[in-house]
Amino acid sequence: MANTSTIARDGGSPSVPARGHRGATPPRRSSGLPVRVVPYALLVPGLIVIAGLLLYPLFQMVVMSFQNVGLRQIRGVPAESVGLENYQKLVESELFWTSLRNTVVFAVVTVALTLLLGTLVGLLLHKLGKKMSTFLIVGIMAAWATPQIATAIIWRWLFDAESGVINWALNALPDWFSSLLFGRSDWTGEPWLNDAFTIYIVLIIAVVWASFPFIAVSVLAGLKSISKELYEAARVDGASAWRIFWKITFPLLKPVFAVLTVLSVIWDFKVFTQLFVLAGGTSNREAFNLSLFAFTQAFSAPPKMGMGAAIAVVLTLILLFITFFYVRQIVKTEDVR
Amino acid sequence: MTTYGRRGPRGDLQRRKRLGNIGLNTAAVLVFLFAVFPVYWMVSTAFKSSEQIFTTDFIPFPTDPTLEHVRRVFTEGVAGHSIWRYLLNSSIVALGTVLIGAVFSLLAATAVARFRFRGRTSFLILLLIVQMVPGEALLIPLFMMVRRAGLYDQLLGLIVVNVAMTLPFAIWMLRTFVAAVPKELEEAAWIDGASRFATFWRVLFPLVAPGLVATSIFSFITAWNEFVFALTLIGDQGSYTMPVALRYFVSQRSVDWGGIMAASTLMTIPVIVFFLLVQRRMVSGLVAGAVKG
Repeated sequence: MANTSTIARDGGSPSVPARGHRGATPPRRSSGLPVRVVPYALLVPGLIVIAGLLLYPLFQMVVMSFQNVGLRQIRGVPAESVGLENYQKLVESELFWTSLRNTVVFAVVTVALTLLLGTLVGLLLHKLGKKMSTFLIVGIMAAWATPQIATAIIWRWLFDAESGVINWALNALPDWFSSLLFGRSDWTGEPWLNDAFTIYIVLIIAVVWASFPFIAVSVLAGLKSISKELYEAARVDGASAWRIFWKITFPLLKPVFAVLTVLSVIWDFKVFTQLFVLAGGTSNREAFNLSLFAFTQAFSAPPKMGMGAAIAVVLTLILLFITFFYVRQIVKTEDVR
Repeated sequence: MTTYGRRGPRGDLQRRKRLGNIGLNTAAVLVFLFAVFPVYWMVSTAFKSSEQIFTTDFIPFPTDPTLEHVRRVFTEGVAGHSIWRYLLNSSIVALGTVLIGAVFSLLAATAVARFRFRGRTSFLILLLIVQMVPGEALLIPLFMMVRRAGLYDQLLGLIVVNVAMTLPFAIWMLRTFVAAVPKELEEAAWIDGASRFATFWRVLFPLVAPGLVATSIFSFITAWNEFVFALTLIGDQGSYTMPVALRYFVSQRSVDWGGIMAASTLMTIPVIVFFLLVQRRMVSGLVAGAVKG
């Protein structure tokens, strides 16, 4: 209805009424800019930020990875190219391989646990009554909202060797049970944050704790979009809950799971803050992942920014490879045209 | 539905259902405890006396609560300055990020949601990709750029970087809000003789405002929590933001758990409150349409 007057105004371009009045004579009182230019003008500030502060640094990172950038270069001396030297050193350094291993193993374990717990809690939220479900959502929000730095500090405190609540709880378990499970029953003064392996156990728990709520709420949102009749039909046909999940829920939520998996992989691959705090800074080299390794190379004395950039390039390549699938999924399901 | 006329199976079914409900509710309570306990423990430690903190016993809540630690982080301070200083720095950075980001993202979101133009799809895909580039990887070149621009140690440098980090997602999220406003309203205003700017400001803006608030809160939280850039782009303790000050506190006075937890609580509570306000929009923004089924 509103279109009729637009058509009259535009003088016969009914197919594109409000899309910037394209093809029509520019309105009399247009504020200076031709219609065609308006969207580009609106995009300028955003594009400048994205180009100048995201794409240009990305390019700079690649350039720096082929250069020797030390203290003198930070002070302004032009950097000179060293070819592939940074990458060569990287491949030869043992630290790179332990960091890569830590990064990958941590990401795989954490993503799997996060998705599993998140999906189970999402299903649970879907089945609960309204009151109970709201109660639980508010609860898991608390974990989700906690800033990363606070998450790391809190778990550091929970796993404190002397007064940590975890060591108390492990001691409180019946001795026989504790021995059966862990082969020991006395946990007094157990230092969790000295050794790389136990640091990663704490890190996995902390990161899963902070990230399962997002998965749960997303899965819940997906479940709510599935029509109830499908489930009723399946139940009338006598399908078990297990079968219903694999035959109905999972196939329908596949795109959701795909996106959630990719997002989790990306987040867990580059985890920095929590590890930095749990490992107590950059002194424990055994506990490095790629982010922490790059940071240490670039920012501890003497700064080796080129090396750091090379590590960052490796990390980014891995992530962009994974991102590719994410973007393809979004482009498939979302209208970006 | 109720073809089971007889009592037997129905009673059985009800009993099974009730048992199932008990199981579900128990599971819900367990998950709730797992999620909430660490946060609760932070808050309760902040109000416990030192004797109750440094014990190998389990003291579920502060039996004689004290404000000693809270007072200490305000007076003695955290990393050389009172915690007020760091809360202020963090607020400046977060609000600066939000203000610049809101203007930029609203302009871009309007362009994407209201106009069809050459390069639109490419721009949207670009947004998706840059969202995924890890900030940690850009740390090194951005550090060099910020130094060269003379913004090292300045909150402005941090604001600029935070705008860049939050902008792609903000545009992505905001465009759905803009698209949700019926075009007919703007057309009507346009026909009534309003200028392009007036149409935007008087018609579109008020309707998009709630979405802009949600997006801004998201950017606020991100900037408020940001750690890595604040750690590398700020060297002077007086310009530390909350996260960096906290981490400094932990590394310097690792045994003052009362003070550390008091400071952590002060940083965390505003975020949790904000978060509860916008969580639903965040989910839909992040999962971006994949949920539509």
